[in-house]
Amino acid sequence: MAQKVLDALKAAHGAAVDRTASAHTDEIAWIKRDQLLAVATWLKNDAAMLFDAPVFCTAIDWIDYRPLDRPPSEFWSEDKPRFTVAYQLRSSKHRHRIRIEIELPEADPKLPSLAGLWPAFNWQERETFDMYGIRFDGHPDLRRIYLYEEFVGYPLRKDYPKEKRQPLVRRDDLPMNPIKVAPMEHK
Amino acid sequence: MGVEITTTRLEDAAKWAKQSTLEKATNWGRKFSLFSYPFVTACCGMEFMSVAGPKYDLARFGAEFPRFSPRQSDLLMVVGTVTEKQGPAVKRVFDQMAEPKWVIAFGVCASTGGFYQNYHTMPGVDQVIPVDVYIPGCPPRPEQVLDALILLMDRIQSGRGHSQLRDKREQLIASASSDEG
Ligand code: SF4
Repeated sequence: MAQKVLDALKAAHGAAVDRTASAHTDEIAWIKRDQLLAVATWLKNDAAMLFDAPVFCTAIDWIDYRPLDRPPSEFWSEDKPRFTVAYQLRSSKHRHRIRIEIELPEADPKLPSLAGLWPAFNWQERETFDMYGIRFDGHPDLRRIYLYEEFVGYPLRKDYPKEKRQPLVRRDDLPMNPIKVAPMEHK
Repeated sequence: MGVEITTTRLEDAAKWAKQSTLEKATNWGRKFSLFSYPFVTACCGMEFMSVAGPKYDLARFGAEFPRFSPRQSDLLMVVGTVTEKQGPAVKRVFDQMAEPKWVIAFGVCASTGGFYQNYHTMPGVDQVIPVDVYIPGCPPRPEQVLDALILLMDRIQSGRGHSQLRDKREQLIASASSDEG
């Protein structure tokens, strides 16, 4: 049904669209990041589009991606864009939806913020920054939202060590010479 | 000087266990009038409500009055998952409580971190404050909680709570150094 949306998008902003796909009733368009703002403004304001409901913003880290039974080298290589940022939009007027995805290289994970167009993306982009370290240019207040400021690194990146903790406090009341317990002998 | 009593070694045990009649009476009073402060953070809270409610009725054991100010309470119940970000808050709440004070870690999350093994969950609240009794279970049954409370009451009576032991240690150090001097 919403294939119409993809067709209209390609007609209006053909140069900005890398490729499109439809899967499981979702329409997806991959957008070049330097034209993201123009495309998003058009999606929000065009009379036939009117995407007024932002659904979510998140990111995907593709490092070492592979289906379970295949070696990673078939799917992932250093020169591929490591991150994808995804925005899901919905129009309550026309009842159609679209997902726009932007691919970002590891060295420069940056894209224009859409918080100015849809204020609901403000905190979602902060969360994406907090968890993946994606920078949103022009975001009004890009700080960590869940984690504390002392936290180093981005925990949902796939190369963050699974059990690495960064404690803020630990006990200081333990005895200076803790008891040494000899290993138990089993008879 | 030079006295150092840092461990509960076996040869010290007799000294530690000795209680004057006054101490016994005080501890008897303490164990039946626990004022608990529930530090509830997650799903275990549901089970806490059920123990505190009329069916299981924590009040039968003298711990009936949850206070919502740490300054008026002497039993800290850490109920639920504690994150690293909450660490300073737990420590602060504990520091504000009236002495002598006891801590119960309620549920596996508060005891060991439970099934969380990642960047945000503290592997047990004993990383920041001393815990007297751990209750396993996800969430624990109310009977387990009552059992833990009775265990804690035994401990209080025999003077083996963390803060009681610390006071005793300080007394012993003081009396040992005054004996020397
Ligand atoms: S121990 Fe289980 S029930 Fe309790 S807080 Fe953790 S996950 Fe929730």
